[in-house]
Amino acid sequence: MNHAKPFNVIGRAHERRDGRGHVTGTTVYVDDIGFPRMCYLKMVRNPLVHARIRGIDFSEAEQVPGFVTALTARDVPKNVYTILCLIGVEPDDEPVLAEDRVRYRGEQIAAVVAETEAAAAEAAAKVRLDLEELPHVLDVEEALAPGAPVVTHWGTNHFVYEGHHCRRLRYGDAESARERADHVVSGRYQMSPIEHAPVETTGCVAKPEADGRVTVYTNTQAIYFSLDNTALILGLPPHRLHFVGGTVGGGFGGKVDVMVEPIAALAAMRTGRPVKYMYTRPEEMRISSTRSAARIYIRDGVMADGTIVSREVTTYHDAGAYSRHSPYGCTKHAANAAGPYTIPNVSVDVHCVYTNRQPSSAMRGFGVTEASFAVEMQMDRVARELDLDPWELRLHHAYRNGDERPYRKRTEDASLVEAIQAAATLAGVELAPELHAMSSNDRDWGAE
Amino acid sequence: MTLLRGRGMAAVNYPTGMNLGGDPTQALVHATTTGAFVITLSSVDLGQGLKTVLAQIGAETLGVPFDTVMVDTGDSDTGPHCMGTFASRATHRAGNAIIQAAEEARRAMLDVAAEELEAAPEDLDTDGEGNIVVAGVPDKRISVMDVALAAHFKQGRTISGRGLYMKPKSDLDPETGAMDPDSTEAHACTVADVEVDTETGQVRVLSLKSAYEIGKALNPALVEGQITGGAWMGMSHALYETTAPYYPALDHSPGDFNNYLMPGAAELPEIESTVLEMASANGPFGAKGVGEMTANSPIPAIANAVADAIGVQITDLPITPEKVLRALEQAEPAEVVL
Repeated sequence: MNHAKPFNVIGRAHERRDGRGHVTGTTVYVDDIGFPRMCYLKMVRNPLVHARIRGIDFSEAEQVPGFVTALTARDVPKNVYTILCLIGVEPDDEPVLAEDRVRYRGEQIAAVVAETEAAAAEAAAKVRLDLEELPHVLDVEEALAPGAPVVTHWGTNHFVYEGHHCRRLRYGDAESARERADHVVSGRYQMSPIEHAPVETTGCVAKPEADGRVTVYTNTQAIYFSLDNTALILGLPPHRLHFVGGTVGGGFGGKVDVMVEPIAALAAMRTGRPVKYMYTRPEEMRISSTRSAARIYIRDGVMADGTIVSREVTTYHDAGAYSRHSPYGCTKHAANAAGPYTIPNVSVDVHCVYTNRQPSSAMRGFGVTEASFAVEMQMDRVARELDLDPWELRLHHAYRNGDERPYRKRTEDASLVEAIQAAATLAGVELAPELHAMSSNDRDWGAE
Repeated sequence: MTLLRGRGMAAVNYPTGMNLGGDPTQALVHATTTGAFVITLSSVDLGQGLKTVLAQIGAETLGVPFDTVMVDTGDSDTGPHCMGTFASRATHRAGNAIIQAAEEARRAMLDVAAEELEAAPEDLDTDGEGNIVVAGVPDKRISVMDVALAAHFKQGRTISGRGLYMKPKSDLDPETGAMDPDSTEAHACTVADVEVDTETGQVRVLSLKSAYEIGKALNPALVEGQITGGAWMGMSHALYETTAPYYPALDHSPGDFNNYLMPGAAELPEIESTVLEMASANGPFGAKGVGEMTANSPIPAIANAVADAIGVQITDLPITPEKVLRALEQAEPAEVVL
């Protein structure tokens, strides 16, 4: 094996192979791809927040020179889906094209295909919508209150986790530990929804082939995940689809929602022509998923000597109008909600809440960025209220190898203590000798 | 005008990979007629340099020069399955799959070479420069190109390998949340220094000093790219960005980069970092996922630094000048710097 030998290639700063192409503008991205007779797809979108669809009138749109066709929910074989159905997540909730209701501003209602991008945009703007406005709810805690407008088709504004109204984690007995604690320190932490802001917006080109297959050139972050979801939505055997990608101008989690490929592939099959569907920048910002604006409450039980004996976390994850990847993000958040600290009693409730907002979904740090933000502000709050040194508080509680995490997994190759010590050194912070002597391996737990 | 200075720190963990439904990635490796190698995948390079680091992993395992290893990815007709590039998983999963595939291909290569050199395969080694040598016999060697030619046209054998790495599905207990959600964890700690203008409410980040514990830096330049990009993204999240300035209300949602503000080059602080290499048990050459984590510690470190400067925590992101000015009305200055 090579592992025991000195490395020849690993650990060296080899120049990235695509770097020169990226900075000189020669890399081929999806929007650079074009074919003869290619059409363009534009979406007719919901101008309201929450509404019932009474009618869609294409008569003016059809008069626009270059108009080719229009698609509605009736044209999509399996119109209502949820992305994570591939791994057994239920229920299906999001329509490819809206059926009777639209649940957020900008939701897609109908697709218009035309000879040019300008004609597609003009025709989409001329589609007449007959909408009946419905009451809406935007705040996560208001959405869970009795009498709130219902966003989902199943009647509650929360995702159901195996019979529970939230993803829960229970380790020890946080409530009684808090009651015995000398101090209780509480905080409320609010994340903002942010945009992935890739340089390259989400998009694809779908091209029907002579052999009956469809080639989809896409900037998805997950080739097979997008292919399999597209096959399910279109009711096609997966071998009819050929996905080509692998070069993406920034993803950050924003290109795993499978929003453009199914409808573009359907339009290509319907028209027999290549179809391009690229998000505009306003669509990328206002329509594509954002980071969830999680609202996180933390309540810690702390002893007079600064030992945190309990941590209770209640998170309201704003999924927006549809699930997308949020049910999974809440689970990832639950695992990490108490932070990288050993606390003997932990209780976590993560509510995946539906609102009439632009859906949120996966984004860099999914579920964990939110936890780290809240926990690290909370650690400073504990230090401030008990007049403790924030470095000492963290080093004292930092998990060590051998410690059990609240989700009952043993810590094995962690070096958090060393990372904190190294940051102190870099920043010129002098740690007390006993803090400097700490190690991630200073617990005797019987490992090698 | 008064400028208040503050310092804040934050420590974070970040899991590598996920477990939902099982988390596999596959790789195929084969030699061309003239001794180049092609790694075939369906993993996606998001601009972070994945294709480069995966070629390095393949070259190291095969024992051949980096330049002779190609990565062919992103085509569902040719590339075997990959879950995708997210959850800081791609280098870990695809890297481990490539090591497995490249080890098989390396064994095949050494078997062909053994026949050409009339030596035992276990006595052979690669020199990393395109040759296969016999241990202890410096002048008994054959080039990888000649081995590949012999395999293709003389011995009639393939030099190829298959690899798969999977984190198995972990069912979680819905009552307690017991689960095995990741493969390993990377760590970071950031110290932020900021300056707050009490007249305008503007927060200026002076420096971000961080330590990253990432297992092994497979390509230090790509790690540095992640660190700098992540620091910028974290700073932007802490102080600038939101798609809903009046969250949860929908008013004034930005639609372009003129209205969706991010820091420019002039706002970038001094960014310094230390990389700690403490190998993970299951990462390729000990690597942990570094991608997502680098954006995380700067957010609370900056928020804590602002609190240190103005004496009150602003717990609602982003920390805009408006929120700073409102908070200052109820704060006692911690330290005044002219």
